Amino acid sequence: MTIAFDLLLALSLLWSGWRTLATPRLDRAIVLFIIFGLLMSLAWARLAAPDIGLAEAAIGAGLTGALLLDAYGVLGQRRGAP
Amino acid sequence: MKRLSLVALVLSLASAFVFLLAGAMLELGPAAIDLRAPVAAHLAESGVTHPVTAVLLNYRGYDTLLEIAVLLLALLAILAVVGEAPVSPSRAAHPVLQALARLAVPLMIVVAVYLLWAGAFRPGGAFQAGAVLAAAAVLLHLVGLQPGWSQLRLRLRIGLAAGFALFLAVAAGLLTQGSLLQYPPAAAGALILLIESGLTVSLALILAGLFLFLSREAGA
Repeated sequence: MTIAFDLLLALSLLWSGWRTLATPRLDRAIVLFIIFGLLMSLAWARLAAPDIGLAEAAIGAGLTGALLLDAYGVLGQRRGAP
Repeated sequence: MKRLSLVALVLSLASAFVFLLAGAMLELGPAAIDLRAPVAAHLAESGVTHPVTAVLLNYRGYDTLLEIAVLLLALLAILAVVGEAPVSPSRAAHPVLQALARLAVPLMIVVAVYLLWAGAFRPGGAFQAGAVLAAAAVLLHLVGLQPGWSQLRLRLRIGLAAGFALFLAVAAGLLTQGSLLQYPPAAAGALILLIESGLTVSLALILAGLFLFLSREAGA
């Protein structure tokens, strides 16, 4: 059961990492990056490092994701009203 | 035909490299230094019962001291680049989003305090607590309840530097003990909690500042 979960986690990490880099749309890439961060924090928890998992979820997925989304919003405004 | 052979060459080289890397990873010997036993042996003197916190704030305290210094320096560099500019009024988000933020932020503050307190005996600690607090500030900013920071008031300056200053003061005060940040075992727990509280406040302000100082130009 756990081995299946771990394999699934590893596969979805690889998949979301690949999609983050390969997707042509910026907004989807940011959302995929946040998903990647959340999966990564799960992986840290599975590796018995919940401290790093907590930090990854809060900083990697939460703060960085919000910063990227805000930057995307500003970019959109500048494009919309030149 | 030429292109096909080139692709085959690249593919074979890449797969050979992958096999080499996998082989090297599987061949890794045991780590040269195993510090788990000494960490566990001295846990009783460290003032906390969670080994990660013991390493971060007691055994390798100066690493954490330099970490907060680096974060403060990063924020100062951003401030030097951005300068002081008039803040644009933040646009208010949908009332449902605002109500959700109003509900979520007190919970996030409670979680942050819990993480700070729990750091002594289970996963948690100042960095996670500070990040949660900073995320609460960012959330308030994104829904339009908290305007971006335009100028450095004295209170904000003190808050930003307090964690580092407190840590440095404790380190300087303990220099008489012998080496840097060598806590007396009886007071270690209280000192670590004091340092971590300061770190939480400063980290929250620094991380939120990275966001709130940069995003105030959104309308410009």
